[in-house]
Amino acid sequence: MSTTIENIEMKQARSGEPSRSHQTPRHYLTCLSGIIRREALRWLNQRGRFISALVRPLVWLVIFAAGFHFVLGVSISPPYRTYIPYEVYIAPGLVGMIQLFNGMQSSLSMVYDREMGSMRTLMVSPFPRWFLLTAKLLAGVAVSIVQAYIFFAIAWFWDIRPPLTGYIAVLPALILSGLMLGALGLVLSSFIKQLENFAGVMNFVIFPMFFTSSALYPLWRMQQSSLPLYWISQINPFTHAVELIRFMLYDSFDPASALILCAYLALFMGLAVIGYDPGRGLLARRGGAE
Amino acid sequence: MALDDEAALAVANLSYAFGSRKILHDVNFAVQPGDFSILLGLNGAGKTTLFALITRLYSARAGKIAVFGHNTERDPLAALACLGVVFQQSTLDIDLTVEQNLFYHAALHGMPRHNASSRITEELDRIGLLDRKSEKIRALSGGQKRRVELARALLHEPSLLLLDEPTVGLDMESRQFLLQHVQTLCRTRALGVLWATHLIDEATDATKIIVLHQGRILADASPREIAHPTESLRTAFDRLTKTPLPRAAE
Repeated sequence: MSTTIENIEMKQARSGEPSRSHQTPRHYLTCLSGIIRREALRWLNQRGRFISALVRPLVWLVIFAAGFHFVLGVSISPPYRTYIPYEVYIAPGLVGMIQLFNGMQSSLSMVYDREMGSMRTLMVSPFPRWFLLTAKLLAGVAVSIVQAYIFFAIAWFWDIRPPLTGYIAVLPALILSGLMLGALGLVLSSFIKQLENFAGVMNFVIFPMFFTSSALYPLWRMQQSSLPLYWISQINPFTHAVELIRFMLYDSFDPASALILCAYLALFMGLAVIGYDPGRGLLARRGGAE
Repeated sequence: MALDDEAALAVANLSYAFGSRKILHDVNFAVQPGDFSILLGLNGAGKTTLFALITRLYSARAGKIAVFGHNTERDPLAALACLGVVFQQSTLDIDLTVEQNLFYHAALHGMPRHNASSRITEELDRIGLLDRKSEKIRALSGGQKRRVELARALLHEPSLLLLDEPTVGLDMESRQFLLQHVQTLCRTRALGVLWATHLIDEATDATKIIVLHQGRILADASPREIAHPTESLRTAFDRLTKTPLPRAAE
């Protein structure tokens, strides 16, 4: 019987019948824009998500940074060329926070989509799975970048005023860090079976990543107070996302952070593709479709 | 069992297990273009797993599946491009409008927006929901949601349509509408259809019935061939499914 199927394939190959799956770059672009459009519509429909994404870092900026204004002194360290107030120091970390929450929110929506079944619509699309996952990732990143720039605009009124060129220079950093954090979210979503489990992961991923990074305190300070914590923050991908945003926002470049982010992105994306692969992924092994 | 070279769907020697739990045992069948084939089985028979394998949500490790000759493992994108699917569970985004859901599906098949727009109008008109295209999915009834899912599955003009328990939870009128609409499509578009159900009355007008029980195909023939002249389809189904299965094949 299997021979018969092979015969069909050979017959088609001989006849030169064009495959319906032969997608051109234009088809890929249509698919990508459709996925981004859907993500944007969902974001606009969920006003609570939009507002909380902005309120969260602003609360940190207005309350936390004001409270620690005179407690935590930040000495001159690159990329800053002068002494800076604490709120200026934590602003890049808060932008990172927006992207971190957004990355996790996207993966939460993947778990929701999978539980609700709409993930199947995406997975049966005749495009390669790596492309569909990347498109989903880019859609989330686009949303997080809009949020980051709205935050920058509001933060300007709190005297967080990086050079104007920095607002443009930071864009590649936002794209790279958004992709890396989104890819981490994809990996997590492929391992999580139910929405209920996701809350735990949020606590075990978001808060440890945020607090063991350079978002709230400089690495050199951490090195002075706790060497193990310093090394943990050095391997924490979020530290490098924050540092790249910080440097590029002030027209500098931190090649080490950029390289480490690229490496983490490749790692997380590879794991996500495996996680969503029907042959090797956990989704297939788990079963329970019936 | 020989397969026709032109089969819309060919499944050969397909077995599948979750760990040590075997779900499908050496499944073989074919669906021809224009066939209205019913996959009949009780809950837990393996219908949804079979659909997940055909649609590549799971990978077929033992056996082969071909959609219009495209092997789903070796040429999955070509196979998926021929497929339209209505899943058992609703897969519409309830916070988006009917039209937004359909545009999203069209984009997932690489359809340019102007083509998608005319196809959406055509399909919504066919199912009588054109005037509701700007309404959110959450405002529709269960039957209307199912119709939208059917319109969505047909948007990219597939040659093979898979429907997994599409009438579950629907009233009689919606069930009849869906059934008749799909049967008409089979006749007018030569669409190959595999309709999974556990409701025997949906199988009476089928071109053929594939009876799946405990992961095994027990019958693959026309309703007339499955039921003896003196028995109903229900009795024939009971007779088939109550016969003890051979343990050696486990």
